[in-house]
Amino acid sequence: MEVNPRQRAEQAEFRAFVDQEILPVADLFDREEKIPSSLMEKLAHKKYFGPVIPEKYGGSGMDFVTYGLLHEEIGRCCSSTRSLLTVHDIVAQAILRWGSRRQKEYWMPRLASGEVRAAFALTEPSVGSDAKSIEMTATDTGAAYILNGKKRWITGGQTADLFLVIARSQEGPAAFLVERPNPGMRIEAISGMLGVRASMLAELHLENCRVSKDAIVGRAGFGFSHVVATALDHGRYSVAWGCVGIAQACLQACLRYTSRRKQFGVYLKEHQLIQRMITDMTTNLKAARLLCLQAGYLKEAGDPGSIMETSIAKYAASTMAFKAASDAVQIHGANGCSSDYSVQRYLRDAKIMEIIEGSAQMQQLMIAQYSYQHYQY
Amino acid sequence: MSDRTTKATIKDFFSSYFHGYDLKDDDDIFAVGFVNSLLAMQLVMFVEKEFDITVEDEDLNLENFKSVNAIAGLIETKAANVG
Repeated sequence: MEVNPRQRAEQAEFRAFVDQEILPVADLFDREEKIPSSLMEKLAHKKYFGPVIPEKYGGSGMDFVTYGLLHEEIGRCCSSTRSLLTVHDIVAQAILRWGSRRQKEYWMPRLASGEVRAAFALTEPSVGSDAKSIEMTATDTGAAYILNGKKRWITGGQTADLFLVIARSQEGPAAFLVERPNPGMRIEAISGMLGVRASMLAELHLENCRVSKDAIVGRAGFGFSHVVATALDHGRYSVAWGCVGIAQACLQACLRYTSRRKQFGVYLKEHQLIQRMITDMTTNLKAARLLCLQAGYLKEAGDPGSIMETSIAKYAASTMAFKAASDAVQIHGANGCSSDYSVQRYLRDAKIMEIIEGSAQMQQLMIAQYSYQHYQY
Repeated sequence: MSDRTTKATIKDFFSSYFHGYDLKDDDDIFAVGFVNSLLAMQLVMFVEKEFDITVEDEDLNLENFKSVNAIAGLIETKAANVG
């Protein structure tokens, strides 16, 4: 499985952009817990917001494999930047898949240009993996829906213009588009996180937050089975590629460090126990990248198997990235624990990847169930 | 594609999920108990790819997906609208 020459050329363009615009300042973003608006504008100018949105809606119509390569390259430099694009694209995909014609015609061009930036609001203070137990309510008053409740750990929530909010209606779970500002929505920044520190997390307080009846994406009752499922599938795909990027960054950092630092009279790379870690990093990175590529090609083909393969890719890539980052810090020793080297950021960011878009444990449950269903025994 | 072939194709899709269960055309697939959180979207992608239709927001109705017969009916209606 390979990428074609056009995809390879586009990846080179992505790499040149991120190496110039993001890599030199990613540690600063991490320390300041913020992505500057100037970078967001550059990303919008490059059409990196919602690139898979079809051209008829003003998007680039990028294929899923190329999209994966973009998120690998951004993830290699800065998981926070990649996360902001991920949640934006999650909302775009949900509207593209399940929105009404009017919603698509109104929101797609704005999301494709980056003029409107979106965030996905599912998680609540008391509800994480058990997402179906959300407590936020949506009451149908006849003329509108009134939303009440809290959403927490909302990536990009500090600056997003549009939220896809999941709430419980009388007809079952439903997804609502909530525009900012809304007098019924108060947004509180969250800081001091372990990793992905510049992803501008927020807590949303919705108190009698009124949205019009046509703010529903899909149908009430299908919020989880179809809208959230679409959103999280896309999120897992982006995160999986982002993890490949993290591990690639770890590998490059280790190759560089072990070629320059001497212990016991020889370069670190001459020590066999170091070589073993480099070998595992290289092998597991290549395996995860192939799983991502497979998921991407299946997505492009509209194959129903893509959903499970994406889950497998996300699980493999996130656990691989954490191990790679842990070994990268180990190889760098005390230097790796200091802010002088980025590997400590990679480790903190990689831990987050094992938690978001379905924790590693939730993926394990799904993958085991898949195996019992699909293999003879 | 004939009605029988459509239903047989749908049942083939379900066979890997409903391991060893003899799914009838009228069985309520949500009541059978094998449905997980991924199946709903896998089913949408399957009918779109296999039968060259597009499932849209207005098709989101449990009645359209609850059984092999219901799914075959949805496919027939969508295909007729396209034709």
